[in-house]
Amino acid sequence: MANKVTNVLLVGVGGQGTILAARILSGVLQEAGYDVKMSEVHGMSQRGGSVVTFVRYGEKVYSPLVEKGTADLILSFEKLEALRWLPYLKPEGTMVVNDLALLPAPVLLGKAEYPYNALDVLREKAKKLITLDAAKIAEEKVGNIRTQNVVLLGALANNMDIPTETWEKVVRESVPPKTVDVNLKAFAAGRQYQ
Amino acid sequence: MKLFLSGDEAIARGAYEYGATFAAAYPGTPSTEVVENLIPYKEIYAEWSTNEKVALEVGLGASLAGARVIVAMKHVGVNVAADPLFTAAYTGVNGGLILVSADDPSMHSSQNEQDNRNVAPFAKIPMLEPSDSQEAKDLVGVGFKISEEMDTPVLMRITTRIAHGKGLVECGQRQEVPLREYKKQSAKYCMVPAFARPRREAVEERTARLKEFSETFPYNRIEWGPKDVGIITSGISYQYAKEVFGASVSYLKLTLTWPLPEKLIREFASQVKKVYVIEELDPYLETQIKALGIDVIGKDVIPNMFELSAEILRERILGEEPAKDNALDVAIPPRPPVLCAGCPHRPVFYTLKKMKVPVMGDIGCYGLGVMPPLEAVDTTVCMGASIGMAHGFQKANAWVGQDKKAVGVLGDSTFFHSGMTGLADMVFNKGAGVVVVLDNRTTAMTGHQPHPGTGITAKGEVSEPIQIEDVARSMGITDVAVVDSYDLAAVENAIRHALDFNGPSVVICKRACALLKGLPKMPPLTIDQDKCTKCHTCLRTGCPALVHHPDKSVTIDPNACTGCTVCAQVCRFDAIGKVGGEVRG
Repeated sequence: MANKVTNVLLVGVGGQGTILAARILSGVLQEAGYDVKMSEVHGMSQRGGSVVTFVRYGEKVYSPLVEKGTADLILSFEKLEALRWLPYLKPEGTMVVNDLALLPAPVLLGKAEYPYNALDVLREKAKKLITLDAAKIAEEKVGNIRTQNVVLLGALANNMDIPTETWEKVVRESVPPKTVDVNLKAFAAGRQYQ
Repeated sequence: MKLFLSGDEAIARGAYEYGATFAAAYPGTPSTEVVENLIPYKEIYAEWSTNEKVALEVGLGASLAGARVIVAMKHVGVNVAADPLFTAAYTGVNGGLILVSADDPSMHSSQNEQDNRNVAPFAKIPMLEPSDSQEAKDLVGVGFKISEEMDTPVLMRITTRIAHGKGLVECGQRQEVPLREYKKQSAKYCMVPAFARPRREAVEERTARLKEFSETFPYNRIEWGPKDVGIITSGISYQYAKEVFGASVSYLKLTLTWPLPEKLIREFASQVKKVYVIEELDPYLETQIKALGIDVIGKDVIPNMFELSAEILRERILGEEPAKDNALDVAIPPRPPVLCAGCPHRPVFYTLKKMKVPVMGDIGCYGLGVMPPLEAVDTTVCMGASIGMAHGFQKANAWVGQDKKAVGVLGDSTFFHSGMTGLADMVFNKGAGVVVVLDNRTTAMTGHQPHPGTGITAKGEVSEPIQIEDVARSMGITDVAVVDSYDLAAVENAIRHALDFNGPSVVICKRACALLKGLPKMPPLTIDQDKCTKCHTCLRTGCPALVHHPDKSVTIDPNACTGCTVCAQVCRFDAIGKVGGEVRG
């Protein structure tokens, strides 16, 4: 089909700040001239539950939802969530995973085990896997732990065909004025991971 | 100018552009963001009403005053507002009045899955169904016109994927619309039987006019393609159909979905070989189209419950195999939502579970009190049900001589929404139920909207806060206690006393939601591993700041802990205290 639509998933845990990342990503896609649709579910998911944001872009987008096995890119803010949403990845898709374990309630209560080998499993199943420790990068290389989202976006940006200037413009417009420099630094730091 | 807006945001933007000056709502997912996004406009009065019925009555009053009005609520809210709605259908309006019903297929954040398209024919009011954010914005302008020209409230029915799905929206300038003049017209607005009968006839005449209007309404449109298959669809289902079938079929996209354009449907159906009706939830379109004598395929292949998707259409209509799950040889634990660390509901549910008393729950974050390990809640039905059900439970037992009580548990916002009438009933009918109000000073579940007890309005004005204890006492209840939710002993004493009391009791457990901004910070706690016996009593609170390690030891995540001290209070070995400080906060 001529109308190629690209599918992206941002997944994580409620409260992790996937929303700012999704806002920047959709802003970048709009700036780049694409039709964009985004879908997420609010409500119960805010209370520490698993969260997903679907982003679709192309010349014309109809459904706001990504179908299983069709995601070109998945950015996961947490390892277990990367495993959970893996069925959405295309066989030739790319996964960018934050090397972070957040324990869900059943694990905290001792009723289930956390799959600490998540990255090994993902390495076997995903054609292209990029992992990074966003907290460490944000703290050590950027000097601000709160820029983790933008570090992860930097790593995602490597896998998308959009000019760096567009990303930087939207990051500049999306974050508080005082934090522009540190966020641009975080974006650049994330771009080191490919 | 193009903005990237959700359907809710687009409706708010439309209300702004098309001259609305008035908005009222009770928050409820997925409708909340409609009025939330209208609050910042200085041109528009917006309020959080105490419940949906009141919101619609307030909106109807504003419409009669001549304003263009948006009233928004979730699907179940329309049940609450049904009484004024069904008669507003008779009175008609003055300024344009749009009622937004945000339905929640698959129940992402709801207690049932009702399809509110059925409300339109039931109430006999026109219904618009946008398919994306752009249409959601545009249809507000169209809806105001229909409302004013046809003299009727207009139902705008959206679903979660429209409400919370974002898309690009071409936006314009606001047009100021002055208030229309109010004229006293008792025969139109005063629905006593003698006046209601002629209005009943007026509704039928209006419906006939709306049917004609629907035939040529430009948003009801045919998109011709190959004519082997024709698809009749509306709302979000149109997007799923376009996604799957693209340009390979013909479409009749319906937007004014009550009353339906019969001639247009007949014309479309007569020109294609096979007709599918693609719709989410009930066979709403299908039943009406079949009643026209048109043969269509609908719910024989498409499920009548839960969200529709492109995947379902591929599987059910095209016969495609669903994508195979990547088989993983590792178990993936679920990640359910939980009560937050420091949530003031936790100690109350911990206590209720310990007391093994039936708990009639209600609608709010405290629905999470049903999850392990708290598992304290027996029922969740609708806003305010906790009190009536606790009363009925106690009365049914008392009638046969059994002394068995239930505790009704509800939040502060829910108490004002529809708890007060239940409480009056309990007093009036000599009940002896126990009502526990989890007063966290906000409407937490939907994102911290103020309510009558908070002393601040949607617009940020200071108002007189209504005290729940004063309401209870003014109803003649003598057994009223106010305790700090974080004080486990006080909570338990108050509830035990209430259970023993021979009459209605109200226990108000007061403590602000841990997520509210501007609360004083308390130091996080830590566990003294030398004193800890790994008895895991603390884990029974279900606090997500407590971390259970594979060696059975428990630690506290200092970033998550809010220092509420509930775990320290349940610890029998004094093992939990402030970091570097004395035991027990």
